[in-house]
Amino acid sequence: MTTETTGGLGAVVAKLLPSPSPIRFVDDGGEPVDEHGGYRPPPDELLVQAYEAMVLGRRFDAQATALARQGRIAAFPSSVGQEACQAGAALALRPGDWLFPTYRDSGALLSRGVDPLDVLAPVRGHRHCGYDPYAHRCAPMSTPLATQAPHGTGLAVAARWKGTDEVALVLLGDGATSEGDFHEALNFAAVFRAPVVFLVQNNRYAISVPLSQQSAAPSLAYKGIGYGVRAEQVDGNDAVAVLSVLAEAVDHARAGLGPMLVEAHTYRMGPHTSADDPTRYRDEAEVASWRGRDPVERLRAYLRRRGLLDDAAEAAVTARAEALAAGVRAGVAHDAHVAPTDIIDHVYAAAPAFLAEQRAALLSELDAGGEGAR
Amino acid sequence: MTTSRPALVSPGASAGSAEPARDARARAAGPGAAPDTAGSQPRSAPAVSMAGALNRALRDAMAADERVLVLGEDVGRLGGVFRVTDGLRAAFGERRCFDTPLAEAGIVGFAVGMAMYGLRPVVELQFDAFAYPAFEQVVSHVAKLGARTGGRVRPSMVLRIPYGGGVGAVEHHSDSSEAYYAHTAGLKVVTPATVTDAYSLLRDAIDDPDPVVFLEPKRLYWSRSPVDLPVRAEPLGQAALRRAGRDVTVVTYGPTVPLALEAAQVAAGYGWDVEVVDLRSIVPFDDDTVVASVRRTGRCVVLHEAQGFAGVGAEIAARVQERCFHSLAAPVLRVTGWDVPYPAPKLEHHHQPSVARILDAFERLQWDDEPDARWLADT
Repeated sequence: MTTETTGGLGAVVAKLLPSPSPIRFVDDGGEPVDEHGGYRPPPDELLVQAYEAMVLGRRFDAQATALARQGRIAAFPSSVGQEACQAGAALALRPGDWLFPTYRDSGALLSRGVDPLDVLAPVRGHRHCGYDPYAHRCAPMSTPLATQAPHGTGLAVAARWKGTDEVALVLLGDGATSEGDFHEALNFAAVFRAPVVFLVQNNRYAISVPLSQQSAAPSLAYKGIGYGVRAEQVDGNDAVAVLSVLAEAVDHARAGLGPMLVEAHTYRMGPHTSADDPTRYRDEAEVASWRGRDPVERLRAYLRRRGLLDDAAEAAVTARAEALAAGVRAGVAHDAHVAPTDIIDHVYAAAPAFLAEQRAALLSELDAGGEGAR
Repeated sequence: MTTSRPALVSPGASAGSAEPARDARARAAGPGAAPDTAGSQPRSAPAVSMAGALNRALRDAMAADERVLVLGEDVGRLGGVFRVTDGLRAAFGERRCFDTPLAEAGIVGFAVGMAMYGLRPVVELQFDAFAYPAFEQVVSHVAKLGARTGGRVRPSMVLRIPYGGGVGAVEHHSDSSEAYYAHTAGLKVVTPATVTDAYSLLRDAIDDPDPVVFLEPKRLYWSRSPVDLPVRAEPLGQAALRRAGRDVTVVTYGPTVPLALEAAQVAAGYGWDVEVVDLRSIVPFDDDTVVASVRRTGRCVVLHEAQGFAGVGAEIAARVQERCFHSLAAPVLRVTGWDVPYPAPKLEHHHQPSVARILDAFERLQWDDEPDARWLADT
């Protein structure tokens, strides 16, 4: 009945549906364009901050990929090409907000202040999650697709009910929108008016399966309407647009207006992980066409055009990126020591008798210098 | 093999709600109840049902700790399909006891997020088999978060699941799903058999820092005992001796505890003095109590309603023979449901363990030092 008092179902639908084409502030060549609807441009200083975060993220990614190729860390899931989304997600949040990342979101974690070596813990192989989720308000990277979406939703509702204005931002990919947990989370978020933002980085591939075989939706943002979730689509390689739309989505959630679904159109420039061979499922011509839409180059050209970035500032960012990479190389060279009993000690708050027995057995294996001692 | 005692045991006598009461206290408790042996409850205490005790436990936990909240399908206005959450919404408001959309993975995932924020969710998953959509959340997140994060994130929560058969339910409403959870490292798995334990174990589960799967035997929901609430029994993780005996130990839990006691009573007529151990907590498993009992009796029968293959009983039998080998006078036997999907309600009594099936196992415990003929036939 509420629909009748607010102008009918059509008006409600219009408020929820995404723009017919992705929001853009900057074209592929870095020129400003007027395709941003009513969205406000982000402050200049945030754009400069985003540029630095994106350059650092790309350098980190290249370093991690190199280490994976050298066999010094496990297969690394690169997010090259998605830097605008990675930096945008982190910069859209306040320190008190929460980020719910996937395994491909190391750039967002870096921008959130997580130590690069802790970000790499899963692929360094000593811990599944290397950082304290409470220290940076970043949930552990989720590997089972979309399973973190209901976590972000529940946490956001808990925060709201406690009287805070904290927001949760859930990162997802296009493949994850096929998982049931994505749909259940959207539905719960709408029903409970959760202050949560779902950012779908539509990078066109779920490992090898292209978007056309993943979904027949007009665009993934249209998945919001069925749940009564406001949605938007944005050019995910335009950092200005990503920052603008995410700022709006986070404000919307923080104001108590409910969740928002944002689809960012982007492209996974690299393989699924360093163990993948994308030449088996996509053409070089397609990859090349996206190379011309590179998010870092695009923001750089825009900032230079606007006079917000000069040679000295660029050199400083590059130097910080190289220092980050050097730190990663040095850190990975030192194998982090974790006590073997660590595999038992955190399963329960206190080891029950049956596990305490097994812990003692492991310790005696270590004393004997057998297999387990290595 | 039961030829020596056909008159005492008739097949119908042990099925479902037709179980005869054994003594005055059990009679007061109604059909299917195990006597409440914890504490010294006055005979004049009001008769409380297991569902009522669970409700009271939730109510008291919510009053004691404002972080505790109850969520699930139909737990709000309706008070749950078994009425276990009756009145909680009215008493504590709709942010402490609330209905969710009908999506079990979403419910458990949502609760994980709330637990990460420091709340203590108590989730009701409406029926055993309807909990399966949440399995990924339970296995990949609820159970693993503590280990994954080096103990930094501990999703303290309780998943309440009505389970088991014997209530004449249609399909997908009678599964005994405990083995799935017991096999998942990081969970505690608890199931009460008495009204006292329903209260005490649920309070313990809610207070526990670890996630607890709390399995409620449907067939015992309306069993009654004279119990003064609140009451506390042995702590979570400790088994209880429900009956002392010298000849054979029956190890069981949840819905089959009353059946074990009934079988013990009947067995006494044949001169077998049966000890009954109620595990109460499947995980953590109380090896000490089980081992001490089997070392005393020298014989062990493991009893549960779930199908036997790769079931909890297999684990118990393995642990007993590992720890009590030199005390055993006979192989450890299992009495379980058959290895079939839960049958249609009019046939369920053919599936469920019965007094007859338990007595048959007692008879095969090699009292005359003769090998079990059943296993010699084909060799």
